[in-house]
Amino acid sequence: MFALLQKLGHFIITFFQRLGRGHVFLLQVFASCGSLLVRPGLLVKQMYSVGVQTLIIVVVAGLFVGMVLALQSYYALVDFGAEDSVGVMVALSLVRELGPVVTALLFAGRAGSALTAEIGLMKATEQLSGMEMMAVNPLQRVIAPRFLAGVISMPMLGIIFCAVGIIGAYFVAVILLGLDYGSFWSQAQAKVDLYHDIYNGILKSFVFGVIASWIAVFEGYDCIPTSEGLGQATTRTVVHSSLAVLFLDFVLTAIMFSK
Amino acid sequence: MSNNSGSDILVTITDLSFSRGEHKIFDGLTMEIPRKGITAIMGPSGTGKTTLLKLIGGQLTPDAGLIEVDGLNVHQLSSVELFKLRKRMGMLFQSGALLTDLTVFENVAYPLREHTRLSQPMIHELVLMKLNAVGLRGAAQLMPAELSGGMARRVAMARAIALDPMMIMYDEPFTGQDPISMGVLVRLIGELNSALDVCSIVVSHDVPETLSIADYIYLISDGKVVDKGTPEAMSKSQSAWTRQFIEALPDGPVPFHYPAPPLMDDLYQMKGLE
Repeated sequence: MFALLQKLGHFIITFFQRLGRGHVFLLQVFASCGSLLVRPGLLVKQMYSVGVQTLIIVVVAGLFVGMVLALQSYYALVDFGAEDSVGVMVALSLVRELGPVVTALLFAGRAGSALTAEIGLMKATEQLSGMEMMAVNPLQRVIAPRFLAGVISMPMLGIIFCAVGIIGAYFVAVILLGLDYGSFWSQAQAKVDLYHDIYNGILKSFVFGVIASWIAVFEGYDCIPTSEGLGQATTRTVVHSSLAVLFLDFVLTAIMFSK
Repeated sequence: MSNNSGSDILVTITDLSFSRGEHKIFDGLTMEIPRKGITAIMGPSGTGKTTLLKLIGGQLTPDAGLIEVDGLNVHQLSSVELFKLRKRMGMLFQSGALLTDLTVFENVAYPLREHTRLSQPMIHELVLMKLNAVGLRGAAQLMPAELSGGMARRVAMARAIALDPMMIMYDEPFTGQDPISMGVLVRLIGELNSALDVCSIVVSHDVPETLSIADYIYLISDGKVVDKGTPEAMSKSQSAWTRQFIEALPDGPVPFHYPAPPLMDDLYQMKGLE
């Protein structure tokens, strides 16, 4: 019993210590972002690696999610003679929820884990220590560009996911199932609001970008520099980012779309 | 803050204590490292030699005690002042710590690009000179993954001297090297120290190589300096620590057995468990 309490206490203390370290780290990263004004090349390089290289998986996933959504919506709505609403249903689902959330989950799995592994390996091979000893702050040169690249890339990837998803839905609904071209687009245009739906979706993506990038760079920077520690850190990045995104999605949806 | 930048002593360590968790690594360590020449810090594995370099470089903070480099108390400096001091220090890590996404040339150019406003042709010239000094001018366009361990350390050496530092710290430079690479590194450390006329601190447990180049040696064990002197004096030292270390004796002040209860106690305990 005493041992159990001891373990519980140790777990709680460790959890809050990490949480505290993580928040201090985030503040330090924010403070380091200014240095990228002098070296924008570092940011561009990371945007290619974090954003552009995640593009393929986002486009493919977006296309199939849109196509499946169109099919399911059609099967559900056709019984009520409301199949013309497929366009608006897909567009709203993608823009409000699936676009930001699925993009963030894909980002955590593809780019987040890669960021953690890269930074963790730099730590294990003493590259970060080496930079410190060369009087170069690794937060400015390594962490801040990767963090900011993630934050900027995520909304862009989210927008692309939604756009490709709607095109996929159009292909299934109009070309394969023969729905009316005009009603597909006009209903979607009429019901999707720029501020309420699209801007809120982009805001969600931005918040998820901050959270997923923060978790990824922190896990890499804070990992135990061994092969086992690195493996655990990479796993934690994917699990924690995914859970954080899903939880925050609920909170943001409750705030943004409450009536 | 005192500043003894004119003194013959570059690094002063006074009553240094440092622990990792429950494990005490240094307990009242005191040493002085001269401004010129090669000072070796030797000792068995796990005595905290690398930790000592990280303490001198301000990457770790001691529990107690004082470390002064060129008259500056390393652990009282602001981060800006510490970075300024580090520009005058070079460090060769055991693994080389080369940036894996940059070529050999770019690795050596890295500190120059970060801390100077030299023109591109000037940087090019300087980097090639540094690489030539370590015999790797021809490897300038290779990536770190294409280098052997010994070559990586030579590149790291070229990078460490890129900003013409006042001191160079070498962390286990000979570990895991074949005889040829080891010979090259021994010669390079000696030659660079003479050519640049700097303070070199070599942390190592490779006895013959270190004795051949060091001007002064500190032997540390159990968190303290257990012996010190010139290589000749250390060779003749009657200290049990020094004899065990230099003659590679399996048992002595550094015991063969890790501290444990008597064997019979452990065996009986196992029987009890069964």
